[in-house]
Amino acid sequence: MIRYVVSRLVVSVAMVLLATLVIFLIANTVPGDPVLTALGDMAASDPAQVAEFRARWGLDLPLWQQYWLFLQRLVHGDLGVSISSRRPVLQDIIDYAPATLELATVAFILSILVGLPLGVLAAVRRDTVIDHIARAVSLVGVSAPTFWLAFIALAIFYGQLNWAPGPGRLDAVSFPPDRITGLLLIDTALQGDWETFHDAAAHLVLPSFVLAAATLGLITRTTRAAMLEALSQDYVRVAKAKGLRGRRIVVGHALPNAMLPVVTLGGLAYANLLAGAVMTETVFSWPGLGRYTFRSAVTVDFPAIMAVTAIVAAIFVLVNFLVDMSYALLDPRVVKK
Amino acid sequence: MPTAAEPLLQVRDLRTWFLTDSGPVRAVDGVSFDVHAGETLGVVGESGSGKSVCAKSIMRLLDEPARIVGGSILFKGRDLAHLDDEAIREVRGREIAMVFQDPMTSLNPVLRIARQLIEAMTAHGRFTVAAARSRAIDLLRRMGVASADRTVNSFPHQFSGGMRQRVMLAMGFSNEPSLLIADEPTTALDVTIQAQILDLLRGLNRDLGTAVILISHDLGVIANICQRVLVMYAGEVVEEGAPEELLTDPRHPYTWALLHAAPRIDAEAEDRRLITIEGQPPDPRAWPSGCRFRARCPFAIEKCAEHPELLPVAAGRAARCWVTQAGGALHSPERARAGGGAGVAAPVDSSAAVPMLEVPILEVSGLHKNFPVPKEAFFERQRVLRAVDGVDLQVFAGETVGLVGESGCGKSTLARLVTRLHEPTDGKIIFAGTDITHASQAAIRPLRRRMQMIFQDPYASLNPRMTIGEILAGPLILHGIAGDAAAAATRVDELLDLVGLPRQSVRRFPHEFSGGQRQRISIARALAVGPDFVVADEPISALDVNIQAQIINLMVDLQERMGLTYLFIAHDLAVVRHVCDRIAVLYLGKIMEVGPAASLFARPLHPYTRTLISAAPVPDPRVERTRRHVPMKGEPPSALNPPSGCRFRTRCPIAEEVCALQEPPLLEAAPGQRVACHFPGRLS
Amino acid sequence: MSDIALPAIASPRTRWLRRYGLASFGAVIIVAWVLAAIFAPWITPYDPNFVDVAMRLRPPSASNWLGTDALGRDVATRVIYGARVSLTVGMVVVLVGALFGTLLGAVAAYARGWAEEGLMRLTDLVFCFPPIILAMAIAAALGIGTVNTVIAMLVVWWPKFARLSRSLVISQRSMEYVEAAQSIGFGPAHILLRQIIPNAVGPLVVLVTLDLGNAILVFAGLSFLGLGTVPPTPEWGSMVGEGRELVQQWWVATFPGLAILTVVMAFNFMGDGFRDWLDPHANRR
Repeated sequence: MIRYVVSRLVVSVAMVLLATLVIFLIANTVPGDPVLTALGDMAASDPAQVAEFRARWGLDLPLWQQYWLFLQRLVHGDLGVSISSRRPVLQDIIDYAPATLELATVAFILSILVGLPLGVLAAVRRDTVIDHIARAVSLVGVSAPTFWLAFIALAIFYGQLNWAPGPGRLDAVSFPPDRITGLLLIDTALQGDWETFHDAAAHLVLPSFVLAAATLGLITRTTRAAMLEALSQDYVRVAKAKGLRGRRIVVGHALPNAMLPVVTLGGLAYANLLAGAVMTETVFSWPGLGRYTFRSAVTVDFPAIMAVTAIVAAIFVLVNFLVDMSYALLDPRVVKK
Repeated sequence: MPTAAEPLLQVRDLRTWFLTDSGPVRAVDGVSFDVHAGETLGVVGESGSGKSVCAKSIMRLLDEPARIVGGSILFKGRDLAHLDDEAIREVRGREIAMVFQDPMTSLNPVLRIARQLIEAMTAHGRFTVAAARSRAIDLLRRMGVASADRTVNSFPHQFSGGMRQRVMLAMGFSNEPSLLIADEPTTALDVTIQAQILDLLRGLNRDLGTAVILISHDLGVIANICQRVLVMYAGEVVEEGAPEELLTDPRHPYTWALLHAAPRIDAEAEDRRLITIEGQPPDPRAWPSGCRFRARCPFAIEKCAEHPELLPVAAGRAARCWVTQAGGALHSPERARAGGGAGVAAPVDSSAAVPMLEVPILEVSGLHKNFPVPKEAFFERQRVLRAVDGVDLQVFAGETVGLVGESGCGKSTLARLVTRLHEPTDGKIIFAGTDITHASQAAIRPLRRRMQMIFQDPYASLNPRMTIGEILAGPLILHGIAGDAAAAATRVDELLDLVGLPRQSVRRFPHEFSGGQRQRISIARALAVGPDFVVADEPISALDVNIQAQIINLMVDLQERMGLTYLFIAHDLAVVRHVCDRIAVLYLGKIMEVGPAASLFARPLHPYTRTLISAAPVPDPRVERTRRHVPMKGEPPSALNPPSGCRFRTRCPIAEEVCALQEPPLLEAAPGQRVACHFPGRLS
Repeated sequence: MSDIALPAIASPRTRWLRRYGLASFGAVIIVAWVLAAIFAPWITPYDPNFVDVAMRLRPPSASNWLGTDALGRDVATRVIYGARVSLTVGMVVVLVGALFGTLLGAVAAYARGWAEEGLMRLTDLVFCFPPIILAMAIAAALGIGTVNTVIAMLVVWWPKFARLSRSLVISQRSMEYVEAAQSIGFGPAHILLRQIIPNAVGPLVVLVTLDLGNAILVFAGLSFLGLGTVPPTPEWGSMVGEGRELVQQWWVATFPGLAILTVVMAFNFMGDGFRDWLDPHANRR
């Protein structure tokens, strides 16, 4: 088991390193001189300034040495300075990440809490009303564009019915809590500010449902298929022949097997939620990492784009590692003695 | 023993149909029988006869769209066919238990053995978890699982197939049911493991008094255990009786056909052709109105146009046949063959038995094949599986050499080495005077005209996207045998005639054919290029008994007509004995014994050969009682880590100290018979 | 005797409809959109780019069935023209990605050894990056525009096909019919192209169909953000983007979004239909 964990870990670290190399290469091979973008037109016309800039950032060194410098800076948490905000990228990310983390986590919990039971029920009560509902939900979930769903949700529940609060994380009148984690639900709860807590929670409802839609659809669909597969296996027939009750067979025998593909999907889905929040954040004016990335892309802010991409890649690899680990826990066949 | 008391189980006119969109499939169509307390009842029949569906109906374990549409299943005064879900749940596992065919898929892979055993007991509220746990260990021990208190905490994948079937039996007996249904419990197992499991089942029936319904396609298995036998055909019981009578003096032509289609391990064959019946079972969507066997029956009379009832033909016997209604026996197979008029009148066992040529067509020496085992961790030492571990073998022109052994002994790998589908790790293969050990595929291509292969799985060995015409014409065009399309088409027609398929088959796809027909296509493809050496890798093991016999007959005919040489791989000793001139016995990648079929069976010199022969059941209880059974200990060791010295020693009944230290060489111990054993012939 | 009523035997027509009804419905929608895209100039009443500020933000009416947008352009006309970009981009990305990925995966799987290992690590690497983020980064690097966005999408698109075709080839490679072809003497190119690939095409077709919807979604998303098609070219994603602030004038953003929804759903129906058709024992219905 330890050998398995260590070897998976080594592979993961290697993947992250490779990923940074790719990002580095993309950044260094794209058309456009980083000096020009970093210094601006005025300064770039002065050869002395350009040479000084190149020397300072090691741009006059061979590419592999530059990469080595890049890695060294990365290890020290130095992700460079954002061109548009003129602040260290790391600081920007610390400011923006919690909003995305909060949104994505709530959306993820939502899609698991709804998708998993719905998928199981659909498989057990196949071809009944609940199955048709589950299939319709998953179909719309995976087919509807997130940004459009966001617009529709906002137009109906905020614009027409006024049931939900508008865009943003808090009402303009609410005072944001002192920053501890940056996650509003946790910060307000820690400080006992329940009024702001409710406001933050209310603001989360629409965006998290919208963001969850696609993931929920996928999880429902995958759970249903995996349960149908598991329920058709011989060991389920054996469990029936033992005289077990239906619920016991579904929960005790089919579900543990059906969980395997769902865990794989769930891990990927969470990582994708973190990354895919871009559109939801845009519509809901959510001050998160997605919007930050988008702004960086539009302004060709390379230090920021590289940093975000590297961090997201690292999260992807980490989530994959966790998926592998939970797989090993769920399925005894993965790690043989 | 059947008693005068009320039967434990009374099935009356059971009808279980599959209610499909295209009409009902009448899988079980009017079956009646009794099971008495403590009795062992055998049910035989080929695939599709309804025997499994019948068992599932009793347990009410039918999958959609199967439905019990009529009849009753009386068990201890209740009609199981009409119990509600909760009531039938209380019967399942508690009063009637069931063991299924495939032990590899019957256990839940992600749950520990202990939990799966315990819940079988706690589900019926008869045991607390703690009591169930200690009982689980006791049961495993009773089933012959070594160090049961430790292994009970294992996961299923850590167990071999035989061990898993022992776990399934422990589960079945855990609530002391009064009836156990075993649906082909040994079909997926090797013959030595099958013997162990059948022994166990017999002992459990004797000690615990549990009645057993044993379902099998193998008459030998049934004959060994059962007090009474039902023969099923086309959804009905066609004959019923004690095995001693039913298997020696069948009163239904179908039983008669089953009995004569299977070669017997205890009988010297004077002719390699087997008795077969024509055609296939009727369509279960529309059974014929008269006797359902009439179209295939060599004895049919005019009266057979009426549907016969299952009527007594003698004391304790019943048959569904107009011909034997008067009590007469069915005549012996010799007369039937004369009446049937076999196509090729072959002289009995001509030149085939004694190979006369000195130069072998195939010569294999010191052959090794190692497969790397996939690594589980990044920095693990690379392990190798020695699938074939030093094999010497010669095949002479015109003979049939059999290759037998249990699963994992390397026989299929050896077949793929001599046909050079795999490249050997070490050793030498000389085919027709050419060294092909490491020859490139292009270099071998011309030789492939002389060396062909027939595969095991008739469903996987034909490309599903190609028509039969394309499949057969491909080799002709590749090797330039047919100059143009017209010549190829003519040759394809000839090939179809040769294997007994209609010429219209050319335009059809493989899925439109039955298993036996597909195997005929496979044979035709192999023969298309006109080879003189054919490797047949378990060509009949996926087929029903009667179809097996048809394919064997076809292969024997073709050998005589075309002078073929066969390397015949099989796990069924009776079949090998029947068709082969010489036999090589493989164990863990090495040859244990090789010699002429007749002497090898008459006087096996290696203890492994001896135990293999004794483990194969004979479909005659009287013969079976006189045979000496040599019990084989344990399970085959892993080929990743074979035992030191003689690799059979861990299971050998006569092993001594020297066997662990020294590997016995393969030496001639009798004329033409070579044995790798320190004590050849000691076990008799 | 029979105490259970037998269900009526379904006619072949009913059975076919039950099995492929939704799939045919999907196919009809796709064909309709394709025809609409091709014949857009003949079936639309207005010029998609004709600006008429006097007519801005009119709700749906008899003259403008789906209303007008902030520049007074007819929404219905622009939605129909929008199908051109969306369908073309979806097909180009998926077909090029599928062709490239499939061939690479198949050859790697058949060759085995380091080629296979290297390819799999490369796909692992691409899978490290979420498609949208990577596409955004590449689009930013190359500059904004339909062609550049398509290139960015292709970079992240091919690996899944490489993976699928590799696993298909591996599962087919060990089938006995492949061994049979080898033992007859056929060479590796014949076996891969004539024997294995025809048997692996089915699952690939299913993935391609399901993926067409996915590609359209991703491209629309990038366009919505302003990283795809540049205005004023009508494109569904950017149309939703232009209307996203107009909560009261809901028709501006709603209808292009509905267009995306119908197309993606239709591709899903078709993909599921293909899957059923390939697998007679499918676990559905």
